[in-house]
Amino acid sequence: MGERTVIPFGPQHPVLPEPIHIDLVVEDEHVVEAIPSFGFIHRGLEKLVEKKDFHEFTYVAERVCGICSYIHGMGYCQAVETVMNIQVPLRAKWLRSFWCELSRAHSHLLWAGLLADAFGFENLFMQCWRIRETVLDVIEETTGGRVIFGSAKIGGVRRDVDNDTLKRCAAKIASAAVEFEELKKVFRDDYSVKQRLCGVGMLSRDDAWALGAVGPTLRGSGVRTDTRLEGYAAYGELKIEPIVETACDSYARCMVRMHEITQSFDLIQEIAARTPEGPVFEKPSGYPNGEYFARLEQPRGEVIYYVKGNGTKNLSRFRVRTPTFANIPPLLHMLQGCELADVGLIVLTIDPCISCAER
Amino acid sequence: MIPEQVIHEIEPAALRERTAAYRRDGWRLVQICSTTLDVFELSYSFTKDDRFEHLRLRLPLDGAQVASITGEYFGAFAYENEIHDLFGIRFDGLKLDYLGNFFKTSVSKPFATSMCVVTGGKANG
Repeated sequence: MGERTVIPFGPQHPVLPEPIHIDLVVEDEHVVEAIPSFGFIHRGLEKLVEKKDFHEFTYVAERVCGICSYIHGMGYCQAVETVMNIQVPLRAKWLRSFWCELSRAHSHLLWAGLLADAFGFENLFMQCWRIRETVLDVIEETTGGRVIFGSAKIGGVRRDVDNDTLKRCAAKIASAAVEFEELKKVFRDDYSVKQRLCGVGMLSRDDAWALGAVGPTLRGSGVRTDTRLEGYAAYGELKIEPIVETACDSYARCMVRMHEITQSFDLIQEIAARTPEGPVFEKPSGYPNGEYFARLEQPRGEVIYYVKGNGTKNLSRFRVRTPTFANIPPLLHMLQGCELADVGLIVLTIDPCISCAER
Repeated sequence: MIPEQVIHEIEPAALRERTAAYRRDGWRLVQICSTTLDVFELSYSFTKDDRFEHLRLRLPLDGAQVASITGEYFGAFAYENEIHDLFGIRFDGLKLDYLGNFFKTSVSKPFATSMCVVTGGKANG
């Protein structure tokens, strides 16, 4: 048995886009234990709900994260709408799903680029982000924003998108989808990609479930689950088949996201073709009084929004359980026994968003 | 179809037993949430297939203490440390205890009090 050494990893590290610190206990280049530290960017956003009007808080909810901002805002709205029994117009629901899928596609492409960068495949990184630009352009064309969409609103959506624009955007996405299929072949077949990912960061099906993993981390371990199956927004009208891989390693989690990008591109086409005419906003009246746990599928996995209203303009509680927070215990499990050189890659395979997790 | 959400009100003493039953039946722990009212309200959420259920218990604001469920669900350590640091609730038997250093907050127990005071249909803020 070799001597044990503790190596600090993060919070600033070349492969980490966001600050998390992990003390790695290593023995002969193998990690025997990983102890994380958080809280470097805890903002206490949930506490603001006690001071902000529940309508105004939509802006705060969208700023929980800079990658999946839209779904945070929409999830908050969906929870409040359920408490207030607001019937969201059908067209607004379809537009919400449209933006959700754009969010998923651009988030996964961003992640794929970061992963490629982490194992030194710079050209692959560049190509991923080049295709992501097309998605961001469509987001900008339909919402006016590229990071913060500003389109979530209690009772519907903040702005309508005419059908011609939807179809024009769908055509741009179709073009990006063709390019992406070429890129996906590299992730699927390239020797160096497989050498870095296959058999690395193992998480068995039982461990993933017991440790509370969500999203591609859970589906990459063979569990068929996807919160979109519950049918929120327009997903009840769309055919959603969860993308599942059974290899339980980093490559499986990567391929789940690759197939989900294709799935999102297909859903965007379907939504653009089927979005019904009608209003996009139902004006709420009164104040929320009651509680609800809303469950949605973020790009990183299942997210929970809990709201508790007391019949006033301020909510008693707003709580977000982000997918990254749920994936931390599974990550620690994956790191046990891995090689030191793989730590950065394994951390990336849960697609960590620490600003989300700490709020 | 969005499933109905079932909230089971329980006594704190029954938490371990009820949680162990969820674990035995193959439910996944989804989250633990604390809310500050005139008491602390703790909600434990579990899911299996298309079902989504919650255990709800209440603790006094002073000296709040409850059993840890990390014996049943090790992943709960993240939720329990978070709640300890933000609300000041102690978890007995916590298997990975950060001793108050999980979140680095500028004030102690920032979520232990609520500014949301109800006054004649309007709240402050």
